[in-house]
Amino acid sequence: MIEKGRPNPDALLAAIQSEAARKTRGRLKVFLGMCPGVGKTYAMLEAAQREWKNGRDLVVGYVETHGRQDTDALAAGLPAIARKELTHRDLLLAEMDLDAVLARRPQIALVDELAHTNAPGSRHPKRWQDVNELLDAGIDIYTTLNVQHLESRADTVRQITGAEIRETVPDSLLDLAEIELVDLPPADLIDRLKSGKVYLGERATSAAQNFFREGNLTALRELALRLVADHVSVDTQEFHRTQPEPGAWKTGHRLLVAVSSSPLSESLIRWTRRMADSLKCPWLAVHVESSRPLDDAAQSRLEKHLALARTLGAEVIDTTDDNLARGLLRIAQQNNVSQIIVGKPSASNWFEWWRAGRLLRHLTRESGNIDLQVVRAEKTGNAPPPPRWRWRPRLNWKQYAFAAGILAAVALVNALLAQFTGPRVPGFVFLLTVVLLALVLERGPVLFVGAASALVWDYFFLPPKFTFIISSTEDGMLFGMYFVIAIVLGQQVARIRAQELAERLREERATALYQLTRELAQAGTRDEVVWQLIAEVGRIFSAAAAVVLPEVKSLRAHPDSSLVLTDKELNVAEWAFRNRQAAGKFTDNLPGSDNLHLPLTTERAVVGVLSIHLPLATLPLARRDLLEACARQAALVLDRVALRAASEQSKLVAESERLSNTLLSSISHELRTPLAAITSAASALAGSKTPDPDFNRSMISEIQEASARLNRLVGNLLDVTRLDSGHVRPKLDWCDVGDLVQTTIRTLQRELTGREVKMEIAENLPLAKLDFTLMQQALTNLLLNVVAHTPAKTPILLQVRRENGHLILSVADSGPGLPPELLPRIFDKFVRAPDAPAGGSGLGLAIVKGFVEAHGGQIAAANRPGGGAIFSIYLPQTETPPGGASA
Amino acid sequence: MTTTGAKPEIAVLVIDDEPQIRRLLRVTLEANGYSVTDAPTGKDGIVQAAQSRPEIILLDLGLPDLDGVEVLKRIREWSKVPIIILSVRDREDDKIAALDAGADDFVTKPFSSGELLARLRTTLRRSQPQTTSVLFQSGDLEVDLANRQVRKKGQEVKLTPTEYALLRLLVVHAGKVLTHRQLLTEVWGPNAAEQTHYLRVHIAHLREKLEDDASQPKFILTEPGVGYRAIEQE
Repeated sequence: MIEKGRPNPDALLAAIQSEAARKTRGRLKVFLGMCPGVGKTYAMLEAAQREWKNGRDLVVGYVETHGRQDTDALAAGLPAIARKELTHRDLLLAEMDLDAVLARRPQIALVDELAHTNAPGSRHPKRWQDVNELLDAGIDIYTTLNVQHLESRADTVRQITGAEIRETVPDSLLDLAEIELVDLPPADLIDRLKSGKVYLGERATSAAQNFFREGNLTALRELALRLVADHVSVDTQEFHRTQPEPGAWKTGHRLLVAVSSSPLSESLIRWTRRMADSLKCPWLAVHVESSRPLDDAAQSRLEKHLALARTLGAEVIDTTDDNLARGLLRIAQQNNVSQIIVGKPSASNWFEWWRAGRLLRHLTRESGNIDLQVVRAEKTGNAPPPPRWRWRPRLNWKQYAFAAGILAAVALVNALLAQFTGPRVPGFVFLLTVVLLALVLERGPVLFVGAASALVWDYFFLPPKFTFIISSTEDGMLFGMYFVIAIVLGQQVARIRAQELAERLREERATALYQLTRELAQAGTRDEVVWQLIAEVGRIFSAAAAVVLPEVKSLRAHPDSSLVLTDKELNVAEWAFRNRQAAGKFTDNLPGSDNLHLPLTTERAVVGVLSIHLPLATLPLARRDLLEACARQAALVLDRVALRAASEQSKLVAESERLSNTLLSSISHELRTPLAAITSAASALAGSKTPDPDFNRSMISEIQEASARLNRLVGNLLDVTRLDSGHVRPKLDWCDVGDLVQTTIRTLQRELTGREVKMEIAENLPLAKLDFTLMQQALTNLLLNVVAHTPAKTPILLQVRRENGHLILSVADSGPGLPPELLPRIFDKFVRAPDAPAGGSGLGLAIVKGFVEAHGGQIAAANRPGGGAIFSIYLPQTETPPGGASA
Repeated sequence: MTTTGAKPEIAVLVIDDEPQIRRLLRVTLEANGYSVTDAPTGKDGIVQAAQSRPEIILLDLGLPDLDGVEVLKRIREWSKVPIIILSVRDREDDKIAALDAGADDFVTKPFSSGELLARLRTTLRRSQPQTTSVLFQSGDLEVDLANRQVRKKGQEVKLTPTEYALLRLLVVHAGKVLTHRQLLTEVWGPNAAEQTHYLRVHIAHLREKLEDDASQPKFILTEPGVGYRAIEQE
């Protein structure tokens, strides 16, 4: 239960995120005007001058003064970036030099005319995309915009003025922007126009004059004012979101707009966005795919509509159903939609009207508690007329020929059959043929067979034969029913098959995605994930792909990539990576590229780029969706792998930190004790006046002993450090184990004096593969351990044998044995027996364990039945020693 | 400055960056009849080695300017002067690298002065031109290098050609550590440099035949992880 008066955590998070986005992203300040000529550029330059005088680093990215003197004067004082000149069809065009501005990295950049369309060959088709990139780079932008160029308002402006709006800017760009309205009463504007102060471009002035009628201007002004007012209320709402809000939204609205390839869809989408905007609710754009294929023009229009919806902030859903209403309602119910928005059929086309009417009736009947909005949609632009129902000339001649052949064969069989049965049985045989053919043929040929067989039956079999005339009423009725049954049956079977096909395609997509998910889930390392991703994408799309990942300084294509990226393509990939947007072919960013570059993004980070070479002219929506889903999935897995590596790293760091803490506290004592002995013995020697040889000797031996102890401690510490840092890699080599034991005992001669060391080394012990030095160290520590914890002269038993593929080395004594409570921890660092004599660090056995485990072996400690302790080292020996030593 | 006897002093060059170690070595060595020059850096050491022509060099591996092994290699380019490495580095790789680069012996810090002096003596003796001895003697073991004969307690011991080649190498360099690589390439040829099991087996055989107690060798000693050394007993 959420307490009343407490902000919704999700809303709070969203508010914080947009706050954070604002901080890293540059701020956008838009000087909004109702139309050209109100003085936006002038206002922008004035504001810029103020900031410039306040000492902010500011440059002019692109400002068009149209030669107006007062404006020129304002711009003259500001530093400007040189424009970039491009030639297009012999025309010299000047555009903002985006890279130069990015490289200059000012605090504020001035970019005039947000809705401007860039010259072909620029990085982005539109200037607002340039601005977006500058904002992403953390640069604040001042820009100008006329209200008619705003995506969601373009439609309204066209209705008001009749002028075609080609250049639009997505509303989402303004969501985080500060808007400053540059207002001018229409009468003043008309005055300015008359005195030639308004630049109208190259267009014929008569058209422009038409635009600048007072009625139009008043409407535009209202539109601009309303937009700014709405924007302010959004700001207030954002503020409120972080404050406790009494009573949540009254409505849990969620809108759904039906999108098709019809040109009317566009205005419907805009209408829904405005509606969703004023209701502050999410909205879905749904396209229901039917089994009827769309032609290329319709397909590209549909994709444009869905892209528009996506740009305007809709969640886009693509589903399949031959029944449009059923498909819409299914999606609506799945997504808790409160309102469905459909277009009002235009009366000009009877077929459309009939179809849309049927849809509306169906929706009204089935929609239950979902509201239905029927919106008058208007055709925008000079889009082609809505597709009429027409005969598709895409005939499949082979199927028709096959159908005709089968029909002829069946007719012959029927001719024989009719001699015994009369004319009606052949009718049923024909019907059977139609049904069977419907299982293998497309709809067209099936309908053809249905109609043709009816005629053939009538002509050849129903009396009077060889005429189309039917004599008896009974036969007439039979023929009529046959005709209807054949057509309906054929149609239905074909429809079911088409649905099955669509379903199968859908399932293929789901399977592909599922398979990718599964394969990626199994991949444990970054390399494996990349390898799987390239393999799967290659399999699904039959295309070469590359995964570009951030290396230390730059981006590099992973060596497993099946696609080789040129430097140019790598730059495009880098752009996609830095800007977290798809780039290259099929996109608006650097569309001249040969490949499509999809950033692998998660909410947390962008982890790389998937580059894919698709030799297609257009990328169908379904494919694109699948590709994006693949990229998302891969990004999640890559991110997870990276996170896991990072967490393991931090665990390692924490562990070594803990160790070094213990080390410091425990070791400072161990280091200082021998140092104290050395210092006091040395000072005693220095201070002794009488040369007493016995005293001197004892002091000297104190120094020697303390030094040896220090040296041992340092050695142990070094070993522990090497073990902890994972630098202990045994250099396995063939060793004579007898020699190993001998050498160990020989170097410990001094420590072992007075003890009997009994050795039981198995006869004919073969050479063993081990690291001589590490094992010598391990044995040394075990022996020193015995020396430290058993009374003097306690004998030691050293055994070496081979059993079950293991070399077993054990060190046993007949001393007091190990305290049972210590046994489980005896090989841990800094663990010491309570009654242990001074001088040990509690590291010796931990080192033994570390060295043995580095060999892949094990160590065990136990008490012997007859008293005393036994330590046994088990080293696996998988190889047999090579012969032929006497080569 | 103390000198023992009338023998001319033996010139020692100490290359070590630690002033305390240089001071200590100077006192110890001069007290035992050596004359000492020292150098705190590798480059200085190389210059000193050329100018003062020492009879033996004590070289630290961890020098501030050049790595000790590098200094060793540069001196070895023009001089066969015996060089003993003095280092805190006790990893076998460092020892092997130094020995393979031409060092005569390796003493790990901390060391006792007695041990250092003994090593100095052995190394110096070995470096002197051998005029007389084609006959090597250690305890009751005799190796007649001229006649390729080995005698233990006066009894001839039969060795295979490989065993003899190995023994000859150890005996000729008695007192010096020979690395696995050096032994293997000398006896079996350069292709056998990694075949340490050859060595293990043949050393075991040699010990069987030559040591009083093969399980407690006194003549051929194992230098863990580095190689073997033959000891000349009085």
